[in-house]
Amino acid sequence: MCLAVPGKIVAVRDAEEEQIGPRGVVDVQGSRVEASLAMTPDAHLGDWVLVHAGFAITVLDEAEARETFESLNLALGDEPT
Amino acid sequence: MNRDAIQQLVETITTLTAGRGRVQIMEICGTHTVSLFRSGVKSLLPANLRLISGPGCPVCVTSQGYLDAACELADRPDVTICTYGDMVRVPGSSGSLAERRSAGAKVTVVYSPRDALKLARQTPSRKVVFLSVGFETTTPGSAATILEAAAAGVENFFILPGHKLVIPAMRTLLAAGDVPIDGFLCPGHVSVVIGANAWRPIAQEYHKPCVVAGFEPQNMLEGIAHLCRQITENQAYVENVYSTAVHDEGNIVAREMVERVFTPADETWRAMGVIPQSGLMLREEYRRFDARDALGVSFGPDVSPPGCRCGDVIQGRLDPNQCALFGKSCTPLQPVGPCMVSSEGACAAWYKYAK
Repeated sequence: MCLAVPGKIVAVRDAEEEQIGPRGVVDVQGSRVEASLAMTPDAHLGDWVLVHAGFAITVLDEAEARETFESLNLALGDEPT
Repeated sequence: MNRDAIQQLVETITTLTAGRGRVQIMEICGTHTVSLFRSGVKSLLPANLRLISGPGCPVCVTSQGYLDAACELADRPDVTICTYGDMVRVPGSSGSLAERRSAGAKVTVVYSPRDALKLARQTPSRKVVFLSVGFETTTPGSAATILEAAAAGVENFFILPGHKLVIPAMRTLLAAGDVPIDGFLCPGHVSVVIGANAWRPIAQEYHKPCVVAGFEPQNMLEGIAHLCRQITENQAYVENVYSTAVHDEGNIVAREMVERVFTPADETWRAMGVIPQSGLMLREEYRRFDARDALGVSFGPDVSPPGCRCGDVIQGRLDPNQCALFGKSCTPLQPVGPCMVSSEGACAAWYKYAK
């Protein structure tokens, strides 16, 4: 349950009135997921983040994120794309 | 993934542990358990190095009393239960949430607590209860969702709190002392939130090496190699081989959010009893979101199904295949205990990869 997946922020939407932080659209290996950026105030468009249960929990270095992603795919039994 | 690097790490680990008798490393995190199996890392390790699964699968450590309360709520006609998928099939004292769903109860699997809040806002006539289980990785999301529900004045959204804190459980295992543990492979994504420094008390007070690792095969092997080196040198300190994602202090914004909404409380763990200050309850200001207060349910006793040894499995006392039910009356299709249900449960992983 504690697995988080790396993805790249491809859009950022400002917080609406009652929301506690901006929302990002994150590209996770071709799938676009919405993630709250409330816990990663330093995350910007184009940054790589780790997403867990709808929240970005940390900003990643891009090169390392790509490597993590490929290795995770192998670990999970899928071919890297 | 670099195959040469993997080979080299396996050789290093083998050399370090050669002639040492049994070396026991506990991986606390359920995601580590399943990644170690799935990637084949476990099969590359020398025979005298034993990896023990710890109490780190949130579904597995959730008490029967919690599940029964969730089922009791699901039975009410005006309640919708929102939950992470793995909870649905865990047998409670009188059936599972899945069985209730088949009988007409509203039980919805969600990916995020935000989805549960969204559903509450879309269905104002229903009481939407999110089964808020999980460790430190998952809790900040629940805290953020409560803050959002409070800001938006949502009155039909509640959580059934079952949050767990890892370090108090490790202290309990170490204090019991009946399972020799030489070092801990510390969970990468819990550490993203709480920080690598959080493990220092375990290293210092109990003289146990702690290494934070991610979930890719090479990184897990690096973590194990660092642990073996510390064990060989009789050292005990914190190392972080997952610095891509984990900082010394963790995610301070996330930690502050949790602190705003929750306060530590005693918590019942499956078969481990009540561990002091190992859970989180909503602060007074947000207590109205607690389904126990708002909807009048309470957690009953934690009674394990007859013959089920999940409690011993999550404390490292027993390998899954040593349980008399394993693979016989307890299988992933007909699970008796939660460790066989959850995709991160030790029994499910053993059944799938090591049977």
